[in-house]
Amino acid sequence: MSTSLTEETQVTKAGVSTRLSSLDTLESEAIHIIREVVAEFEKPALLFSGGKDSVVMLHLATKAFWPGKVPFPVLHVDTGHNFPEVIDFRDRTVERLGLKLVVGSVQEFIDRGELAERADGTRNPLQTVPLLDAIQQNKFDAVFGGGRRDEDKARAKERILSLRDEFGQWDPRNQRPELWNLYNGRHTVGQHVRAFPISNWTELDIWRYIERENIELPGLYYAHQREVFARDGMWRAVGEVSQPRPDEEVITKTVRYRTVGDMSCTGAVESNAFTVSDVVVEVAASTLTERGATRADDRISEAAMEDRKKDGYF
Amino acid sequence: MTTISEIPAGSINEALPTTLFRFATAGSVDDGKSTLVGRLLHDSKAILADTLDAVARTSADRGFGGEKGGIDLALLTDGLRAEREQGITIDVAYRYFATDRRSFILADCPGHVQYTKNTVTGASTADAVVVLIDARKGVLEQTRRHLSVLQLLRVAHVIVAVNKIDLVDFSESVFREIEADVQRVGRELGLGSDGISDLLVIPVSALDGDNVVDRSERTPWYTGPALLEVLETLPAADELESHLESFRFPVQLVVRPQGALAPNAVAAGLDVEAYRDYRAYAGQITEGSVKVGDQVSVLTPGQSPRTTTVVGIDFAGTSLEEAAAPQSVAVRLADEFDVARGDTIAAAGTVREASADLYAALCWLSPKPLREGQKVLVKHGTRTVQAMVRNVSGKLDLATFKLEAASNLELNDIGHAQLRLAAPLPLENYLHHRRTGAFLVIDPLDGNTLAAGLVKDHPGDHEDERYSI
Repeated sequence: MSTSLTEETQVTKAGVSTRLSSLDTLESEAIHIIREVVAEFEKPALLFSGGKDSVVMLHLATKAFWPGKVPFPVLHVDTGHNFPEVIDFRDRTVERLGLKLVVGSVQEFIDRGELAERADGTRNPLQTVPLLDAIQQNKFDAVFGGGRRDEDKARAKERILSLRDEFGQWDPRNQRPELWNLYNGRHTVGQHVRAFPISNWTELDIWRYIERENIELPGLYYAHQREVFARDGMWRAVGEVSQPRPDEEVITKTVRYRTVGDMSCTGAVESNAFTVSDVVVEVAASTLTERGATRADDRISEAAMEDRKKDGYF
Repeated sequence: MTTISEIPAGSINEALPTTLFRFATAGSVDDGKSTLVGRLLHDSKAILADTLDAVARTSADRGFGGEKGGIDLALLTDGLRAEREQGITIDVAYRYFATDRRSFILADCPGHVQYTKNTVTGASTADAVVVLIDARKGVLEQTRRHLSVLQLLRVAHVIVAVNKIDLVDFSESVFREIEADVQRVGRELGLGSDGISDLLVIPVSALDGDNVVDRSERTPWYTGPALLEVLETLPAADELESHLESFRFPVQLVVRPQGALAPNAVAAGLDVEAYRDYRAYAGQITEGSVKVGDQVSVLTPGQSPRTTTVVGIDFAGTSLEEAAAPQSVAVRLADEFDVARGDTIAAAGTVREASADLYAALCWLSPKPLREGQKVLVKHGTRTVQAMVRNVSGKLDLATFKLEAASNLELNDIGHAQLRLAAPLPLENYLHHRRTGAFLVIDPLDGNTLAAGLVKDHPGDHEDERYSI
């Protein structure tokens, strides 16, 4: 054997280990990517739903350009079925940071007859058309997303800078190799790039970062009392667009949300995690993936996310 | 019903991993790489119950394990629909798991098609690469190719996992023979003996878990660590490099708000007057470290280096005394030079003269071949310049490590070429500078990445013997 293992602390020649923590390393990588995209693209935008990953993305952007403003607008595709408290949080955040907000509305597309309501009532898959329309109308050439590779097997294979063709489609078989920290964002007219600076973060990293940075989130990420009913193995909130069937009993439970999406397909989990520290502990001990636990749209088929992404989804 | 188990608060936060380690896996067809990756994920408890249930159902449907039952761990790394349908792996997949010592990012590189492309991609960011060998087959030509690519890309730690050791009855003599072969190939390449890399050989059974997470009792003749122990204790590349190399900082952009300050910063009490003329250079430190008061050179293509002093290192409202790779910061300088994206700030007096002549090893990653005379783009650090391919001087036979004559390069070829750049760049030998010695070759027509480039040496140097023709 040509080498022996060296203890981590003995490694650095200067005698002091200045190794960054994993969170600092991930943060530094994300900020580098955000700055690269802003420097190399004409008109970037950040997808901002008020969900925790997009909130972390926005927080990273404020750090990347401090003390200057975040130099791009935020884009929200509103399904019309969002939790009201999340929309409220979105608007307050945009106001606080002095950002421009662009909204793509699923409801408007339905009203105009350009999209049809699905039989299952879920509107998440309907977001693709308004998303691509907003990108085209506003001439965005780069769109930041809070997608993480640990979320799904299709995402596990997607590049940090992911090229989309004129139709917004992702071609998993024809991706550019991504080497070192050199990101190639070149594209031709009509193409755009989706940028995923927090690709390498896990759900636990996100929560540890939210705790460390004291980042505000919509309240429904924390345990609260809510009227719910059981459907498809998930607790669904009672709301305007989410009504129990006659055989589904409504009960009040202490729940929280692990993901925040369309009310019609996002489930709550029973939880006593009232604070961010509680959530870190809970996530660290969780035995279910966040999408598996709370997203009906990802249960449609084994390749649900892959199929949506190919069509231009987030 | 989904219920997250309640657990007491307290010890978990302290037990959470504190540092990040990136590694890649490389292997040939059917050497059990997917099973090994599945085993690491499974035994480190990175696989949550719903994923495991789905895999167990599929395993049962496909009759996996016969009488023994059990689950097909390879299914844990099954990716896209197209891959499942064709039973192949198309692309590098990234996996995440953590132990109580470290968080890991695993680049799982398929071995079948385009193995060079995938291995180069995975290895470019890896602190370590695990190469699999089937104990029944020993060192194959593919193994030599993999090790050759890893040496070229200067991967700090190469771990050869001799898999399926159970299928050779845990035979020490079989293992020792393979180990000697691996070390012989390593010596030929300089792997493990060049002062840059090290080479470890471990007997494992991915299927049964021997020496993957825990040391096996079935290989009493092997006294070394299990694979995961190795991954948990090896120094990461930035630990090895941050103090050994000089400060390098490619400027990404200039932060100059000119009064347009972030409202949240102002609301938090930022002194608006003090920041009226704020000007800092934002970037990620690629090598070494910097302190306030350090003398630095600003390298701008076409100009001679300008020397100044670092007066501030800022990060999101915090002033730092010192920063090191791979931190993203913003640096303020004493003199008001015109500094822009694409310039490099470096420790004064440590960078050679910029050069428009680029001698490089190219890993060709595109189905479009490279031809002499071709016009391309070269992306180095934060600068992209036009370039012309002057000549291709040969390509490597990865099995024999010999350079053979060639005038073009095709997909998965690794060759040597000389390029003429439209503007001089601060090029450094990849052998000693894994970031500033790396570049991309880009197709100006469609923007696709054509090649991974490794700077061989400065035109003023003697050729390094490892790259000699």
